[in-house]
Amino acid sequence: MTRSDVQLMLDVKAGDQQSFELLLQRYRTPLVNFLYRMVRSREQAEDLAQEVFLRVYRAREDYEPSAKFTTWLFRIATNLALNSVRDHRYQKLEVSMDAPITVDAEDGEERMMEVADEHPDIEQHLVEETRKKMIRHAIEKLPEKQRAAVLLHKYQELDYAEISKILQCSESALKSLLFRAYETLRVELAPLVAKAAK
Amino acid sequence: MSCEKMETRILAYVDGRLKESERAEVEKHLVGCATCRLRVNEFRAVTDLLDELPVIEPSGAFNARVHALIAAEPQKRRDWLAWFTPSPRIAFAASMLLLLTVWLGSQPRPEPQIPVTDLPVVENADYDVISSFSPLSDLSQAPDDDSNDSDSQQPQQQPM
Repeated sequence: MTRSDVQLMLDVKAGDQQSFELLLQRYRTPLVNFLYRMVRSREQAEDLAQEVFLRVYRAREDYEPSAKFTTWLFRIATNLALNSVRDHRYQKLEVSMDAPITVDAEDGEERMMEVADEHPDIEQHLVEETRKKMIRHAIEKLPEKQRAAVLLHKYQELDYAEISKILQCSESALKSLLFRAYETLRVELAPLVAKAAK
Repeated sequence: MSCEKMETRILAYVDGRLKESERAEVEKHLVGCATCRLRVNEFRAVTDLLDELPVIEPSGAFNARVHALIAAEPQKRRDWLAWFTPSPRIAFAASMLLLLTVWLGSQPRPEPQIPVTDLPVVENADYDVISSFSPLSDLSQAPDDDSNDSDSQQPQQQPM
C-alpha cells in the first residue's frame, strides 16, 4: 500500500531515511518543473529544488501534519522562487540589454536564430518551437504572484484552498488573481487562442 | 447570474471544479451571453496551450546533490555530552546574570526606613506623666549634681 505524504513525513520525523528518499522521488520532478517555470533557469531551478528538500529535512523534527504536505512543500518552493526572481530581476535586465537575438532559451542554452530550411520537417519544427516560445514568454511576462498561481493551478493541480494558503491570500483574492492572469495570457496568446477557440 | 460574477467562476467551470449547482448556474448564463461563451472557449484554448509545454526531468546528479547537502548539515548532539557543549546563548545569559549580581552588590545600601505606621504604639504605659513633669522654674536652678561636674569647676589653687 502506498503511504501518504503525511505518513512518509511522520516516518522521516521518526528517523526513517528511506521515507525521505520516497518523498524526494515523488516530488523532485514537479518541484523542478514548477521552479524552472518560475525562474527560467534550469540550473537555478535545480539549486532551489535542492534547497526545498534540505529545508524539509531540517524541519523534520518540528513537522506537524496540520496542513497537506504539498501545501507546505510548495509554500517553501514558492517563497524561495519569489525571492530568487526578485533578487535576479535587476541582474537579468542588465544581461538582456547585451544578449544576442535568440529564438529559444530552453534549458538555459541560448541558440542563435537560424533561417528555416526548405525541408518541411524543419519548418514544422520551427513553427512548434515558436509556438512553445510564445507560451513560455507569455507565462514569463506574468507578474510573479500571478505566475505562481497559474503554475500551481494548472501544472500541480492544487485546489484553490491549497493555493491560497501557499500564496497567503484569500480564496476570492486567488480567483481574482487567476482570472487576471488568464486574461493576460488570452491577450498575449491571442493569435494561437483565436485559432483554437474557433 | 451577471457577467461580473462569471469572472470568479469561469476558470473553475473550464477546469470542471465547480459544484453541480454552480455549474448549472454558469451554463444557464452562457446560453444567453455570447461574450461569456466566447471567453469560456478562449480560456479553454489557453489551458490547452499551457499543456503543450514539455515536462523537464531533473539532472542525474539531483538526488546526489540533495544527499550531499544533507550530509553537510551539522548533526544535533542528543547525548549527555551536549550539556557540556558551549552554547552562546547560555554563555550570554550567564554573563548578564553575573554582571547584574556585581552591579547590585556595588550599590550602597540605603538606611532602613521604618514607616511611621510600623512604630510600636505603647498603650497603657505604667508611667506617671504628671509626677515626672518638672516645672520650668526648676530648670533655672543649677542642679546639685552639676557642682561635681569637673568641666564647670574653676581650677583650684594649690596650697603653696
